[in-house]
Amino acid sequence: MTYAAKNLTTDGRELIAFRVGAQEFCVNIMSVREIRGWTPATSMPHAPSYVLGVINLRGAVLPIVDLSARLGMTPAEPTVRHVIIVAQVKSQVVGLLVDAVSDILTITDDKIQPTPDVVSSEFEKSFARGVLAIEGRMICLIELEAIFPQEEREAA
Amino acid sequence: MDMNEIKEIFFQECEEQLAELESGLLKLNDGDRDPETVNAVFRAVHSIKGGAGAFGLDDLVSFAHVFETTLDCVRSNRLDPGPEVLKVMLKSADVLADLTNAARDGGSVDEARSRQLIKELEALANGEVPQASAAPAEPVAKPVAAAAPPPVNDEGFQPVAFSFDDFDAAEEPPLMEMPTYEIVFKPKSDLYAKGNEATLLLRDLSRLGEMSIHCDMGALPTLDRLSPESAYFFWKISLKTDKGEDAIRTVFEFAEWDCDLEISLIEDEVAQPGEELPMQPVPFDLSILDDEPAISVGVVEEEEQLASRQQDRDAAVAAAATASNVLQMAQSATRAPAEKAAPAASAAAQSAAAQQAAASAATPTIRVDLDRVDRLINLVGELVINQAMLSQSVVENDTNGTSSINMGLEELQQLTREIQDSVMAIRAQPVKPVFQRMSRIVREIADMTGKSVRLITEGENTEVDKTVIDKLAEPLTHMIRNAVDHGLETPEKRLAAGKSAEGTVRLTAKHRSGRIVIELADDGAGINREKVRQKAIDNDLIAADANLSDEEIDNLIFHAGFSTADKISDISGRGVGMDVVKRSIQALGGRINISSKPGHGSVFTMSLPLTLAVLDGMVVTVANQTLVVPLTAIVETLQPEASAIHSFGANQRLISIRNSFCPLVDVGRILNFRAIQANPVEGVALLVESEGGGQRALMVDAIQGQRQVVIKSLEANYTHVPGIAAATILGDGRVALILDVDAIVAASRGQSLKPEMSLAAAG
Amino acid sequence: MKKRVLTVDDSRTIRNMLLVTLNNAGFETIQAEDGVEGLEVLEEANPDVIVTDINMPRLDGFGFIEGVRKNDRYRAIPILVLTTESDAEKKNRARQAGATGWIVKPFDPTKLIDAIERVTA
Repeated sequence: MTYAAKNLTTDGRELIAFRVGAQEFCVNIMSVREIRGWTPATSMPHAPSYVLGVINLRGAVLPIVDLSARLGMTPAEPTVRHVIIVAQVKSQVVGLLVDAVSDILTITDDKIQPTPDVVSSEFEKSFARGVLAIEGRMICLIELEAIFPQEEREAA
Repeated sequence: MDMNEIKEIFFQECEEQLAELESGLLKLNDGDRDPETVNAVFRAVHSIKGGAGAFGLDDLVSFAHVFETTLDCVRSNRLDPGPEVLKVMLKSADVLADLTNAARDGGSVDEARSRQLIKELEALANGEVPQASAAPAEPVAKPVAAAAPPPVNDEGFQPVAFSFDDFDAAEEPPLMEMPTYEIVFKPKSDLYAKGNEATLLLRDLSRLGEMSIHCDMGALPTLDRLSPESAYFFWKISLKTDKGEDAIRTVFEFAEWDCDLEISLIEDEVAQPGEELPMQPVPFDLSILDDEPAISVGVVEEEEQLASRQQDRDAAVAAAATASNVLQMAQSATRAPAEKAAPAASAAAQSAAAQQAAASAATPTIRVDLDRVDRLINLVGELVINQAMLSQSVVENDTNGTSSINMGLEELQQLTREIQDSVMAIRAQPVKPVFQRMSRIVREIADMTGKSVRLITEGENTEVDKTVIDKLAEPLTHMIRNAVDHGLETPEKRLAAGKSAEGTVRLTAKHRSGRIVIELADDGAGINREKVRQKAIDNDLIAADANLSDEEIDNLIFHAGFSTADKISDISGRGVGMDVVKRSIQALGGRINISSKPGHGSVFTMSLPLTLAVLDGMVVTVANQTLVVPLTAIVETLQPEASAIHSFGANQRLISIRNSFCPLVDVGRILNFRAIQANPVEGVALLVESEGGGQRALMVDAIQGQRQVVIKSLEANYTHVPGIAAATILGDGRVALILDVDAIVAASRGQSLKPEMSLAAAG
Repeated sequence: MKKRVLTVDDSRTIRNMLLVTLNNAGFETIQAEDGVEGLEVLEEANPDVIVTDINMPRLDGFGFIEGVRKNDRYRAIPILVLTTESDAEKKNRARQAGATGWIVKPFDPTKLIDAIERVTA
């Protein structure tokens, strides 16, 4: 199937799946600009704990977010094996530190199941757009804009 | 080029004209009575009107028209541009600017205001000069140069184009019975002198219908008495047309003043013009006009022959030639005198050329899209970083003995720096447009507050980066409002204080040590320190027993929510205070300072970087982090001796420098890079000057060196970070943060003052 | 052969409109920004007709027309004046200075071309 043809299927979309700790997540590939290796970040004073700092992305200053910490899991200890997903969130570009990129998925919307009613926090409910069952794995589709609401960013 | 592009050009031109208009009016206001100033002002409005008409911008046209009419009175010395007259005109210039903006961007204008000004302008044109403090002029009974130009009776001033539709309603006989007009056309000599041609008029006339022409050459004198510049022929034309008399008059529109023209409708179609006037019919071949180049060649030849053997020629030959021949002959015959006149004309042209040379000493310019310049600036920024990275890696890779590489690198650095400076210069613009906007603000506030204010601007050609200029307008507007609203007293109070009733606000710009310094001074009452102090105590900003210097008290006005006006006025009390001004200046990498003298006024001094793209910085280490401190903030650096450090209170430390004590500020602590205070003796102190707060000693661990750095926005992808002005990329490719010295100092004063930004709260 | 028109106007907007209109109508257009430049380029431009504004810096339309009329070669050239107003006095002055006719701004292309056609053969 050609790329153009894929786009023609009404609900078809491509997702990038990645690993954070033991869990798998995915985001819409359209919001991903590039994927690059970890480079040490410059610490930011008074930054939220999940902001690891900023790096130089071809002349632009790019904040790096530890997705694990942001999602309320154990903060990462970045190594050269870690990966940064450079993603566009609204008008800004951020780098998401994840353990590894695992897959590129092409799915239709009907494959996305509603988030099970087990999550308790409002925050988790807000970013989890649904879950996918792929070959026995469970992959959580996250909404980047919910992870970085503009107000919270500005107040940070 | 299409109409939209032309329209774009029009609006650009409008901006220039509006600037010209305002500066001209302000010159007049200063007593300049140079006619050229008045002319320039008039032309500005005239041009706007002309272009606006072309685009059907009716509101703009009608306002400009009234304005222009009044300016014409000034131009023709019928109206003296005294202060009251100029007040109206300056306001009108503001309205004209509003109308232009509305025409470009949509949006609305204050219609009541523009109607009011139209009335006032009309009153002025009508000779009603307002008295100072007089109520706005009432509408005048006699409409003067009304917004909609009244239809003029004489057809001579109708537009050229002629619409046949206008004649539909005429009670004319049906087509089959076309009326016949008899036209007697006697050109005067002037007709030819002004470039009109009887033949062309007859040609146009013939297009209206069926025409027969009789030429009367009875007035033609013998050749020896013939004046070559005179008109001797007249024509009697019979024209059968359904186009009406107005159409005939339209043909003669341009010629009407230089000919006798009689047009009459012949009721009886049988009547033949030839029978009524004893005229000699001359065959008039209009076809010659369709082949103009050929005939004119023939005419020239004929003319030469005529010139050589004039006396031999029969008068009839000349008469047979068309009227244009007469003119050609005339030209030939008068060539000699005309040549005498030529040197005079060329002398005039020469002196005009000299004038031009003097007037247009300005170098040629091109217009470039700002985007292109910015792209270039970004690229140069990358180049600078790259060059730095390259130098660093050469050093790291130890290139002993390869001095050619080092020399090459040095040259590269030099070149890079030069390219950078040149590119930055492209963006540099004079502050003039912003200053000009301020004069309008002053007028408006003066009006609203009933104060009399004179704005003096100096150094408006001082150049600074366009971004700085763009961002300067808002804080400056606010400060000007403040100066007039809070700074200046009412005329009564001023008179009582022995000052002139008119207050002065002085706005100056100058370059000083690589920065632009903008000063705003008023000759008002100055800061009421007792009141400010009390207010600060009331608002919990300072302790009731705080011991503050005058300077510190003055600078309290920069604190959030601080307003000393007794009643919150409509003008500057909209919840935004000087703290907002301060913050916007800081966001530009600038500093703001106030000094005030009770009874004599206040001076606000702003110092801003010339460009927002680069900065000279000192690269330092703090808690293993590399930071950049703007060089302009640093007064000196010193290595503290243990004996110079004095503890003060619970956790304050002071350093004694030449017998004065200066608070030590641990940058690492303020930025939360470390939990405990560093030992000052192990580090370096940067003595910095921050506006309002006096001197502070910033403690850092070590100094790495000085470097020019390219400023990168943190806000673009992240957010504003308290204490950090921006970021940059160093030679190793890593991001370094640029310290916001004033914010750090402000935060260090957290004990006595609430920090402006919740540094401690963040994180 | 294309007719040559010399336009004299200080407004960039009007110059552009004239240029577009005249070129579209098949004229060759030479432009000057004020009276002084108009006189300077006159010989070289060698126009068949001149269209000039009145209010201009350095040398206004009246002065320009007088200058042209003093030029032996061009003193009989048709000169059309662009005016924004139906101001009798201004038109009178223009005529006294030697203008052939006038075009009331804002002109539409037809009006402009009509007027030029009317004064040129």
